Amino acid sequence: MKIKRFPGGLHPPEHKSTAARAIEPCSLPDELVIPLAQHIGAPAEPCVVIGDTVAKGQVIAQPRGFVSVPIHASSSGVVTAVEPRLHPMGRPLPAIVIKPDGRDAWPDGLEGGMNPLLVDPLTLPPSRLRDMVRNAGVVGLGGATFPTHVKLSPPGGKKINTLILNGVECEPYLTADHRLMLEEPERILAGIDILRRILGVERVCIGIEENKPDAIAVMRDACAQRDIEVIALKVMYPQGAEKQLIFAVTGRQTPSGGLPMDVGVVVQNVGTAAAVADAIIHGRPLVERIATITGPALVEPKNLRIRIGTSLRHLVAECGGLREEVVKVIMGGPMMGHTQLSLDVPAIRGTSGLLLLDKNAVATRSEGPCIRCARCVSVCPARLLPTTISAYARRDMIAEAERFNALDCIECGCCAYTCPARIPLVQSIRQVKGAILAKRRLS
Amino acid sequence: MTEQYYLSSSPHMHSGATTDKVMRDVIYALLPACLTAVWFFGLAALTTLLLCVASCLVAEAACLKLQGRAQSTLADGSAVLTGLLLALNLPAAAPWWLTVLGGAVAIVIGKQVYGGLGYNPFNPALVARVVLLISFPIQMTSWTAPLASASGVDAVTMATPLGEWKTAVMLTSKLPAVQPADYLNYLTGNMAGCLGEVSAVAVLIGAAYLFWRRIITWHIPLTFVVTVAVLTGIFWLVDPTRYPDPLLHVLTGGLLLGAFFMATDMVTSPVSSTGMIIFGFGCGLITVLIRLFGGYPEGVSFAILLMNAATPLIDRYTPPRKFGAVGEVVR
Ligand code: SF4
Ligand code: SF4
Repeated sequence: MKIKRFPGGLHPPEHKSTAARAIEPCSLPDELVIPLAQHIGAPAEPCVVIGDTVAKGQVIAQPRGFVSVPIHASSSGVVTAVEPRLHPMGRPLPAIVIKPDGRDAWPDGLEGGMNPLLVDPLTLPPSRLRDMVRNAGVVGLGGATFPTHVKLSPPGGKKINTLILNGVECEPYLTADHRLMLEEPERILAGIDILRRILGVERVCIGIEENKPDAIAVMRDACAQRDIEVIALKVMYPQGAEKQLIFAVTGRQTPSGGLPMDVGVVVQNVGTAAAVADAIIHGRPLVERIATITGPALVEPKNLRIRIGTSLRHLVAECGGLREEVVKVIMGGPMMGHTQLSLDVPAIRGTSGLLLLDKNAVATRSEGPCIRCARCVSVCPARLLPTTISAYARRDMIAEAERFNALDCIECGCCAYTCPARIPLVQSIRQVKGAILAKRRLS
Repeated sequence: MTEQYYLSSSPHMHSGATTDKVMRDVIYALLPACLTAVWFFGLAALTTLLLCVASCLVAEAACLKLQGRAQSTLADGSAVLTGLLLALNLPAAAPWWLTVLGGAVAIVIGKQVYGGLGYNPFNPALVARVVLLISFPIQMTSWTAPLASASGVDAVTMATPLGEWKTAVMLTSKLPAVQPADYLNYLTGNMAGCLGEVSAVAVLIGAAYLFWRRIITWHIPLTFVVTVAVLTGIFWLVDPTRYPDPLLHVLTGGLLLGAFFMATDMVTSPVSSTGMIIFGFGCGLITVLIRLFGGYPEGVSFAILLMNAATPLIDRYTPPRKFGAVGEVVR
């Protein structure tokens, strides 16, 4: 069988040294800083005040609007502040600070969840299931943090026939989804059953990169009794990007500017599926996630199950501390992650990994002129001319950049990764995208 | 907050590629051609190669100094590469002043007046070659027989195969006879011609290295060579007494050197694959027109320069089809 892939892309060194490390629990930190903006859409509205005692899993902020989800306390304790704190986005943003009481107690003495479901979830109506997903605060855990209930509510007229589970994890260094598939396939499958029920789709596929043969085998085994295809995909970054994954699996090109549902597809990360299962079956809201804490500067890289709101400093300590001087702290993977100014920033729902790079791992070369080598063109998965867009962007020629489809850029980083002249292509394209959108809003 | 870490835009990894490494790879790929040139033309070839590179480096350094730019870009290898390419496009008997002048023309007029590396619309080495060819036609077309010094004879003048054919057809309307053994000489480089043109084998070894290192793709060289082969093949089939066979066209003259090393010059060729194919086809077409109907026996340099001029236009009309430009494709 031809191994499936998309056009463009490249294969950076994988650095997945944590692939063989089982997921470990993370100790309770002294303080949990839980931002109100952890998802795409309107930030949540706090519903607790300083001094309130909260149980684990209790709602501490309510959603505002449809594209928004509630936020929950990730451990039991006392609210000590509701104030702006440094957010992974790089500036102080409103957050609820909780001092854990150390009991890590769910309400009413319930174990491991709040509201275990006593009936078969597949007998419940889809609308009810969707509400439960939303109330549990489930968002896309691959990093995009788009509220899951919104993706599960296709507008009337859009027929969804395929559900794709994203187990690709194409970012170098990250192994959280890999470990989840190996260790907790039942959680993922329970989530898939529920997602399938909500969407009423015929075809369900799980896409996994070929570099994880053990995960492919485990998932195939687990799916033996179910009508689910496990598809091995070529190891090619960014195979896990939504539109690229849809193309590799179904051969459908999501129209430029469109959504996966325009081609009848919904994509969910495997971690999100597991969170859906927790939400429905155990009534357990999204208060923790699995993240890979890694990088050459760290003593002992690990895959940790972390409470939302745990500071990066605590995570580093949990992994034996630093052995090299850190130059860059990156939340997420090395290709698309965001650098952090400080370790005093909380891990949030979208934190798939924490990467600590020392000076050897940070490229320091100055930029030269474009030699028109066309490498950026051949790797661009969006099939753009990165060199041209970037050249226009840097001259503030916004209309020209728009004409060369700057808005179709998915910011995957392939172009800048491969550029011998070391031109910060993504940076300039990202800036011009912002300028184009701002101009559109004005007119 | 105690420490402050370095903030930067993603991606935070890099392939490690640099412009210097790209240039160095092309230089390595030219070494087989340089070595065979020295083998066939001896000391004269070595002197030309060294002089040309030196001249380019001096010209580059002078330009950078005049413009107040950092001398560090001297080390990027692009001036050395231009020097080598130009030398390989000169006859072995080129006088020293011609070589030195050529190097200066390549760097100053071919490259630096446009703003240096990356901004030149034309291949600098070819600009210099054509300037020299037009200004000094005698010196630029005085070919010497290969291996002359090895046989103890002083430089013997000799025509290139394409030149020989052109003259013969003009005088007698008939092709000179070509022996099967001659093709072997064309392949190895035992014929008259520019330093780098003579050995097809050496050029192809270098080209294989470029492919292996992914410096070039098949699009330009293959379309270029195939276009020449097909078009000359048609004429040859129509009248084999007047037109040489396609093999002679491919193996002699500067076609292979031009197709693999000069038409593929990144700065002056299109960036999209469709654009590259159009570029390669254009190069092939113009080469054949000049070789068969023009005044010069050889047209590769002119063809590439003309297509260099068309590159911005080609780029404009051949952007890749963006992903998602259609609703659905069936694979
Ligand atoms: S990869 Fe860099 S040097 Fe090459 S064409 Fe793109 S921008 Fe220019
Ligand atoms: S232009 Fe955008 S989509 Fe294309 S390679 Fe660069 S970052 Fe990726």
